[in-house]
Amino acid sequence: MKKAQTLSRGQRLVLLAPYLWIVAFLLAPLILILKISFSHTVLARPPYRPIFELSEGLAGFWTKAQTFTFDAYRVLFTDSLYINAYISSLTIAAVATLVTLLVAYPFALAMARAPEKWRPFLIGLAAAPFWTSFLIRVYAWIALLKDEGLINKGLIALGLIDAPIQMFATRFAVVIGIVYSYLPFMLLPLYAALERQNPALREASADLGATPMQTFLRVTLPLSREGIIAGVLLVFIPAVGEFVIPDLLGGSDTLMIGRTLWNDFFANHDWPTASAAAVLLLVLLIAPLAALERMRFGQKDLRP
Amino acid sequence: MNGQFRILQALMLTAGFIFLYAPIVILAAMSFNASRLVSVWGGFSTRWYAALIENEQLMHSAWISLADATLSALFATILGLLAAVSLARFGAFPSRLLFFGAIHAPLVLPEVVMGLALLSCFVALGVGRGFTTLVIGHVTFTMCFTTVALLASLRECDPALEEAAMDLGATPFTAFLLVALPQIAPAMASAFLLAFTLALDDLVIASFATGPGATTLPMRIYSQVRLGVSPQINAMSTLLLGMVAVAMGAGALILRRGARRSRRVSVT
Repeated sequence: MKKAQTLSRGQRLVLLAPYLWIVAFLLAPLILILKISFSHTVLARPPYRPIFELSEGLAGFWTKAQTFTFDAYRVLFTDSLYINAYISSLTIAAVATLVTLLVAYPFALAMARAPEKWRPFLIGLAAAPFWTSFLIRVYAWIALLKDEGLINKGLIALGLIDAPIQMFATRFAVVIGIVYSYLPFMLLPLYAALERQNPALREASADLGATPMQTFLRVTLPLSREGIIAGVLLVFIPAVGEFVIPDLLGGSDTLMIGRTLWNDFFANHDWPTASAAAVLLLVLLIAPLAALERMRFGQKDLRP
Repeated sequence: MNGQFRILQALMLTAGFIFLYAPIVILAAMSFNASRLVSVWGGFSTRWYAALIENEQLMHSAWISLADATLSALFATILGLLAAVSLARFGAFPSRLLFFGAIHAPLVLPEVVMGLALLSCFVALGVGRGFTTLVIGHVTFTMCFTTVALLASLRECDPALEEAAMDLGATPFTAFLLVALPQIAPAMASAFLLAFTLALDDLVIASFATGPGATTLPMRIYSQVRLGVSPQINAMSTLLLGMVAVAMGAGALILRRGARRSRRVSVT
């Protein structure tokens, strides 16, 4: 890539539209949220007292800056509702990501080792549900998990249980929902990493006397590391902020931060607290990502 | 490969595909159930489909969603193309990093946060919410996906081809239009489809960005689902699933035919 350079008029014209759009409808709104998170809650519309307006200039900014409040953030760290929602979001997302990995890995391995002419069909079939409605796929599980649903009915018919097990409206249901909905996101990077492995490496390992299990643990698994990292990130990040799944499959006591945020915004009209919660969620999600990027770049620097 | 592994592999594939498809198949089957109860089979019936067509609210929302998804996907593809061209071909222009980061942010931004940000922005600007703000929200949300897809495809095009066109007297614009654009046309089609599906399916951002009169289909489905399982929603879902299946089948056929044709061309 060339050194920093200025753009020609034509190039500026091309860049202008997407640049303006992203500044106006993404960066400005995010900065606005940051601003609201330092404001006082009031019963009005909009339900917060603005901290400063651009029209007031710098002088206005400094006088208004005196009224900055950390109230919203104080609420986040003292109200057990929020603390529990954060902890519960991270735990549920972590458990669900681990289960997704455990389900997806053997599935992806079976597809990657299938005869070559079958592979495009298999991976297409595995990725197809991604194109169908997310909401509908979550909805499908309600009928399965309910007390009078098909799973309980089936288990009772088989004589395995006497009374229905409560699965719907629990954390278990939320985990199942996440595993099911995000499975394609885990499958695709795992499959890609496993499929491009050279079979000769496994043969070499077997020739040297390794059992199939040793070959898996010491050759296949380490070589699929990139796929595992990508899949885990693709599932964990959206799962933490998930709203639909805990709302439809979880119980009223299944707290997740996405749901708490939604309620604060729509039901309680507490915008400053909701905004502060959103800012904190962003920090929680982006900090580990940035750390990971750094780690990977660091490794690249070490190796020629 | 030993026989034991083959059996395990077949088992794994069967279990995996059953897990992926059984809930969808059961959902579709239940839409033909005459009984209102999910767990009781009351015989085959299409009554829920008939009820669906008479449900004007739902039909109205279906149109809103379709119009919104088409418009959003169109804008997102155009803006995504411009953004991808800037990122792939303009070198290290000032503030490129900011632009790059902002374009990719929605990939890791929770939908709830993005919806909240958009809504606060519309309220602060005093813009009335409705269909326009809905489309704005969806363009912003899907633009990063189209940019990423088009950027990957543009990076695979050989810039030397465009340079050759320019050496032969084409302006950069004509060279791009006649040389690069045909190469990335399939990627543009898939970017459009991706944006379309994402916008059509989105509940969270739509709930924040839209206003009265522009309730989308997922919002309707969601508010009915919260009240409990209803066979009419199953019928609606089955129709949507059917449409996706037909579209995917057609897409696969076109791709296959295209592949066969290009193979024939390369042979001759």
